[in-house]
Amino acid sequence: MYTQALNTSDGDDRHVEDAARSAQFQARIDADERIEPNDWMPAAYRKTLTRQISQHAHSEIVGMLPEGNWITRAPSLRRKAALLAKVQDECGHGLYLYAAAETLGTSREELVDLMLAGKSRYSSIFNYPTLTWADIGAVGWLVDGAAIMNQIPLCRCSYGPYARAMIRVCKEESFHQRQGFEIMVTLSKGSEEQKAMAQSALDRWWWPVLMMFGPPDKASQHSDTSTKWKIKRFSNDELRQKFVDATVPQAKFLGLTIPDPGMKKNADGNWEYSAIDWEEFNQVLAGNGPCNRDRLAARRKAHDDGAWVREAARAYAEKRENRKAMAKAAE
Amino acid sequence: MAVASIQVSETPLVLYTLRRADDALILGHRLSEWCGHAPMMEEDMALANMGLDLLGQARELYSYAAKVEGRGNDEDKFAYLRDVRQYRNLLLLEQPNGDFARTMVRQFVYAAFADLYWRAMMQSSDPTLAAIAAKSEKETAYHLRHSSEWMVRLGDGTEESHRRAQGAIDDLWAYTGEMFHLDDSERGLIDAGIAIGPAKLHAPWLKTISGVVNEATLALPKSDWMQQGGRDGRHSEHLGHLLSELQSMPRTFPGATW
Repeated sequence: MYTQALNTSDGDDRHVEDAARSAQFQARIDADERIEPNDWMPAAYRKTLTRQISQHAHSEIVGMLPEGNWITRAPSLRRKAALLAKVQDECGHGLYLYAAAETLGTSREELVDLMLAGKSRYSSIFNYPTLTWADIGAVGWLVDGAAIMNQIPLCRCSYGPYARAMIRVCKEESFHQRQGFEIMVTLSKGSEEQKAMAQSALDRWWWPVLMMFGPPDKASQHSDTSTKWKIKRFSNDELRQKFVDATVPQAKFLGLTIPDPGMKKNADGNWEYSAIDWEEFNQVLAGNGPCNRDRLAARRKAHDDGAWVREAARAYAEKRENRKAMAKAAE
Repeated sequence: MAVASIQVSETPLVLYTLRRADDALILGHRLSEWCGHAPMMEEDMALANMGLDLLGQARELYSYAAKVEGRGNDEDKFAYLRDVRQYRNLLLLEQPNGDFARTMVRQFVYAAFADLYWRAMMQSSDPTLAAIAAKSEKETAYHLRHSSEWMVRLGDGTEESHRRAQGAIDDLWAYTGEMFHLDDSERGLIDAGIAIGPAKLHAPWLKTISGVVNEATLALPKSDWMQQGGRDGRHSEHLGHLLSELQSMPRTFPGATW
């Protein structure tokens, strides 16, 4: 799925690095060359990308939970199969992204441990609950829609493994987005109860989805470096605006009302939305969203309950290696 | 429940097909319960993958049963609007996931059977069932390989994994006999070459599982007492809970399209 608010502080522990190499690195970036795992890169570039890619991976994995909440209750076998396949895709994205992060020198286990310890973030959007079946439609339509908006530019990110991962991820996400929208279309053509369900989902997801693009540009701390390194190509507000402009006509098509009565089209043809409640966003990031505790608890439980399985797999692999070695020695 | 269950004309072929469809749906549903909670991400992927295979098999079988029955039922009506007494799946497959060892043992003993079953069914004189069998056999061969590898890892892994795997075999063993049970409704289909007699699958099944269990340093139970009842709708207490979750939407919103 997606991660956000990645351009927050890097800390002040940057190394003073060889100026000539740094200049050479920047020249490669400026020439739109891809940086590959074995290439020299500034420590801060490595750190920024490790954080961004791992947070993106965590988001995919934690993002399995709100949608997974409806797999066993999907209202038809076709919907059930599509949802299970979708959540499986998210897991695949997570694996793929952890592998991309590992090329920067930190193992998946270390990265996962940081997330489980609450020291590494995942997208705040997954701290909201999926209350009805319509939420599965809204998550696909809006959350995946916002994710695509953010991830398409990442396909041209300067770091090769991340950019290539994004190309594949975006293809699947756009399929998910269409699937979600199709659920919404079906609901909007259904009974009054179904229409109300769809409207309620839009009401609850709209503002959190706008927050997915991260803090407003004027409050964003490290966009400059990320932009210079061609990790980030559009600002948070630019992407948010693109998303709003694309989504307003879709809501209209569905006969749904975006929960922002003050929204109006300006002279440039952009939809101007009302002020976002950044206090809510900050509270969710601080761990106070409706589901933060549940999400982390579910991931920790899966991790802890599975410890003996992973241990057994390791023990068996070792035994097998030893037996092979002994057999070879006996030859 | 807000919506009444459907009536089904269980002619032998409809009943036979529904039994296999229910097997696939119920096991697929159980596997889907793991999604997001597996011991490792690779297993989240694998369990979802097998769940999807089974869900696909269930849908094809239900659609065929609907066509044969010809009373306007469809895959969703069969899945969502039959009560626990109308479900015809094996007791084994409705057993709760438990820990990963229990899920793998359930998968293993069933896949070892289903792989043989679908391969034999490829010779069915019913072209639809033969086609479903050809697809299902390919999928089940992977389910068997995957679960066999886990049987060995768990059995020959650590003391704890061995203990859990052995416990799961001991607990689930009594549900394996039902796979080979034959009742009167199926005899005519076997005579017509539509269905295959499951009894002849027992020896090769036992050979497969004995080989793996042996390699896994585990043991098969001595007891030969076997539970029956799933094929006639006499289930364990677990199925009702599974169905109340599975069926909650169509039962709550009668007639809605999703």
